[in-house]
Amino acid sequence: MYRIATRFGLCTLLPDGFTHLAQLKKPKPRAGSTHGLFLFSRTPEARSMSDLQHTPLHAAHLALNARMVDFGGWDMPVNYGSQIDEHHAVRTDAGMFDVSHMRVVDFTGDKAREFFKYAIANNVDKLTVPGKALYSCLLNPEGGVIDDLIVYYFADDNYRVVVNAGTAEKDIAWFGHLNAEGGFGLTISPRRDFAIVAVQGPNAREKVWQVLPETRDATAELKPFNAVQFPASSFGDVMLARTGYTGEDGFEIVVPATQVEVFWNALIAQGVKPAGLGARDTLRLEAGMNLYGQDMDDTVSPLDAGLAWTVDLSDTNRAFVGRAALEANGSKARFVGLILQKENGRAGGVLRAHQKVVTADGEGEITSGTFSPSMQESIAFARVPASVKPGDKVHVVIRDKQLPASVVKLPFVRNGKVLAAL
Amino acid sequence: MSIPADLKYTESHEWVRTESDGTLTIGITDHAQEALGDVVFIELPPVGKTVAAGDAIAVIESVKAASDIYAPVSGEIVGANDALTGTPDQINGTPYESWLFKIKPAADAKTDRLIDAGAYATSIGE
Repeated sequence: MYRIATRFGLCTLLPDGFTHLAQLKKPKPRAGSTHGLFLFSRTPEARSMSDLQHTPLHAAHLALNARMVDFGGWDMPVNYGSQIDEHHAVRTDAGMFDVSHMRVVDFTGDKAREFFKYAIANNVDKLTVPGKALYSCLLNPEGGVIDDLIVYYFADDNYRVVVNAGTAEKDIAWFGHLNAEGGFGLTISPRRDFAIVAVQGPNAREKVWQVLPETRDATAELKPFNAVQFPASSFGDVMLARTGYTGEDGFEIVVPATQVEVFWNALIAQGVKPAGLGARDTLRLEAGMNLYGQDMDDTVSPLDAGLAWTVDLSDTNRAFVGRAALEANGSKARFVGLILQKENGRAGGVLRAHQKVVTADGEGEITSGTFSPSMQESIAFARVPASVKPGDKVHVVIRDKQLPASVVKLPFVRNGKVLAAL
Repeated sequence: MSIPADLKYTESHEWVRTESDGTLTIGITDHAQEALGDVVFIELPPVGKTVAAGDAIAVIESVKAASDIYAPVSGEIVGANDALTGTPDQINGTPYESWLFKIKPAADAKTDRLIDAGAYATSIGE
């Protein structure tokens, strides 16, 4: 998803577009990871805005004066003003994200269950009630992560998957290959006719019910990680899922692309605050949620990315793609949270992806880092030697200095509450 | 986009004000703060440090990016706005009041890195 910032200077979580801009008029780079404000200059070398894909809400973002960026080939809002304000709106009230660049893919056919038991690392046999969903990794035969995704079970011959934007084409091709190779005979339907809006926060569900009152009864008691489809709602064929990428309550809503702009505006009228990719990143990091392409990729085992809990080995008869490699290789590293320590009440910088972590047992690396608006600390995920554990103190190399950090269990924040402490 | 006419600028998005005693006061522009996003950390040079034009001498970190700030001329650091370090987000709200550091230019310092408001506006596509 995120193209990782180059070593050449730019310490950003933002994608390709920023690294291209950063290549402009570079001053002499220095070891460490800062870069001049050149990166924000306009340039003819940046990917032309007309080459970028647009979600059905693109015009709505421009009308709101969003600052837009190239996110994996999509022209997406990074903020609509202050990403910190947007972050706080989600933690305290309700915010919403256009995630229509992600892809809904429907799978139909009698062998659908069998297919998913083979194709993914988590076990769809856990999905016994229509509407129940599962978070899983999609592995390659070497045990590396092709993508992380959510699978929804609607009927034994009807499943829905939502995949990441940057990996959608790769995933669909891979699913197609497994389907053909295994003779499962499924119909695999990427649904580009759907948009997705994630409404998140303690007041999110109530505001969604104001806009979609006909969904309240069926979803008031809906448990987390479950979904309900409404084929004939006032906004057409919609799906409400009690899922999210923020650590707050809320719904992720699949809605027809033709209706999403009216839907989005109706939510704004209820006081839901549009939030961009910047806030999305600080929220998910606080919530301990991985970002594909940064915390793991096809060369990384889920066992080294904090995702062992999504790999279900309990049914010894279930041969899924990548199982043999996982069982042969096991886990080689530990995936932990870090909080940068303050000295005299001040932190010495911000934790960022690719910074080196120095531990008593060897070196590790930060995979994702940021400044946490809810904690007012800099936090990160890191892959470290397996013997490092929560409670340990380590050092992070920032601009050639070794700054102290505490190792903590993830997540940092859940349902508005800070769990982790220095 | 605010670009005060009475200031000078660099192409790396710093503003520069020449004081009556010849020292330069430096900060970052409105364009820069808007592009950076919410500022969460700043690191200023120590007073007394000798710098060369183009040296990276300060760091501003927003939530999403870390950026070097460069000395527009050679000289000596004669002031650093330490009060800002506790509330770095002031840079977002009042970029032209949130000065970062002051330089006493060297005797032979060249000011050719500095451009006027019109040239800066053009450089950012305004």
